[in-house]
Amino acid sequence: MRSLTRIAVALTLAASTAVPSHAQKGPVTLLNVSYDPTRELYKDINGAFAREWKRRTGQDVEIKQSHGGSGAQARAVIDGLEADVVTLGLAYDIDEIAARGKTIPANWQSKLPHNSTPFASTIVLLVRKGNPKGIKDWSDLVRPDVQVITPNPKTSGGARWNYLAAWGYALRKNNNSDAAARDFIRKLYKNVPVLDAGARGSTTTFVERGIGDVLIAWENEALLAPRELGPDKFDVVIPSVSILAEPPVALVEEVARKRGTTDVARAYLQYLYTDSAQALGAKHYFRPTGPRSLAKFGGSFAKVNQFTIAELFGGWAKAQRTHFADGGVFDQVYSLAKR
Amino acid sequence: MMQTVPAGATTRASRARSVLPGVRITLGFTLAYLTILVAIPLSTLFVRSARMGWSGFLSAATSPRAIAAYRLSIGSSVTAALVNGVFGLLVAWVLTRYRFTGRAIADALVDLPFALPTAVAGVALTTLYSQNGLMGALLAPHGIKVAYTPLGITVALTFIGLPFVVRSVQPVLETLPGEIEEAAATLGADRWQTFLRVTLPALMPALVAGVSLSFARAIGEYGSVVFISGNMPGLTEIAPLLIMSKLEQYDYGGATAIAVVMLLVSAVILVSAGMIQRRAARRAA
Repeated sequence: MRSLTRIAVALTLAASTAVPSHAQKGPVTLLNVSYDPTRELYKDINGAFAREWKRRTGQDVEIKQSHGGSGAQARAVIDGLEADVVTLGLAYDIDEIAARGKTIPANWQSKLPHNSTPFASTIVLLVRKGNPKGIKDWSDLVRPDVQVITPNPKTSGGARWNYLAAWGYALRKNNNSDAAARDFIRKLYKNVPVLDAGARGSTTTFVERGIGDVLIAWENEALLAPRELGPDKFDVVIPSVSILAEPPVALVEEVARKRGTTDVARAYLQYLYTDSAQALGAKHYFRPTGPRSLAKFGGSFAKVNQFTIAELFGGWAKAQRTHFADGGVFDQVYSLAKR
Repeated sequence: MMQTVPAGATTRASRARSVLPGVRITLGFTLAYLTILVAIPLSTLFVRSARMGWSGFLSAATSPRAIAAYRLSIGSSVTAALVNGVFGLLVAWVLTRYRFTGRAIADALVDLPFALPTAVAGVALTTLYSQNGLMGALLAPHGIKVAYTPLGITVALTFIGLPFVVRSVQPVLETLPGEIEEAAATLGADRWQTFLRVTLPALMPALVAGVSLSFARAIGEYGSVVFISGNMPGLTEIAPLLIMSKLEQYDYGGATAIAVVMLLVSAVILVSAGMIQRRAARRAA
């Protein structure tokens, strides 16, 4: 069994090295393994990139998409799903592919501009039309008369951004006091009646079930609310401070090398930073990254005072370990909140 | 573990020459098939959890949070299976013994929980039983909360487990001649005695099989439960959700440790159910 696989691998390698990849003119396919809310965005971008690539090289390229929870997608790639590129919800998931799958170099995040994040977002508050509870900022979320809907950060990557945004607000408000931030988070989660397993579940709870006064959400999804959930039902509240949500991208180098797609996959990721892709991102309510793109396409976005995960939390690895690992701050705060 | 065939069948076939040809081939195929489809995937669980060593396994498998989750998962699954045992039997009884308009529709309804994607079931049940849902609003004034409580989890598990009991009991009930009950009545048994002494023993093997299938289905259920449970740490966190949250931390060892415990507990329960079933079958024969 093993020797057979070895022969097969050797043959594939021989075949792929014999023909230099840029000389391939036959049609090529790429697999972009992404997280949930980027389906429509990448549908647009893939078409635009295919046209651009055809014009540039004469080669047809088809980009297949796969969407799901960010963590589940990362595990699929670790277990052998042959993604040429990954575009996930948080750097932690790509770090784990690098550490466990060894198909991505450990320094992946420095390989592309802006922490390998072509499109960014931020965390905002979605409230019911007319804002009956008068929610203006994070501080209103710990009022005893307010019910907050957010998914479980232990099972949802998106929910971890929500949590960190609230934590960062509390830090800023209280002279960087960890104890004050912990207390704020404890009060906030005390107001959460349901911890859905994923962001979609929380949206259903808030929208369909009518539970809660405020949904903590990604800005790109909150801005879709009038179109997707019905007009005149919700308002978006931009908090005074929030986190710069950075869903990063990476080339899965080992897979691309094996499949002979390195050039086109790299070009695809670089394409995400071009004006045409940044314009498509803005159309789907993702914030452009980099001062030049921001100046050009960022005009329609509300001004938010943003902090980054690197500034306040020392990066994802540390944030994950401190806050979301078993026995971490979230677990501690929860065992207190119950009492 | 579970068999609806009388227990003697396989041993008899291997011991004496069977009237049917191809015993060796079919037996060989069956064993290979079960090995590839069931035994190998399950054994990887044990291999993975063995990698973490005893102390790692124990601390992952016996954390207070894991214990709370086992208690909730097993408790609600057993409750749901027993509720299905009582009411599933009743449903099967009515469907086989009475002719009424709409019987065919009622019969088809029983299978729906089989066919429905579990997430859809979960969302539908949560809509009904949340505080402003149809049922939830009726129950709320009486202080009964269903959605986002252990009770809601049990409701969801009862829903998905119902067909197993009905469909196990129904064929046996159909072949059970009504004359036996009449004979019992002519011999002076009242209705309760007829049911308890005559009908129930004959149904027992099928009923136990149905209840244990319903339990087995419930213990591993994730899709429908995560919507109605509310997933509050330590309160409404089922074991499969804990496994998911371990996986989100790429803690494969911890996830398999919990899975192994669940598997062993299920195995013990299912094997004892199988023994009860066999004993009941012998008594009924």
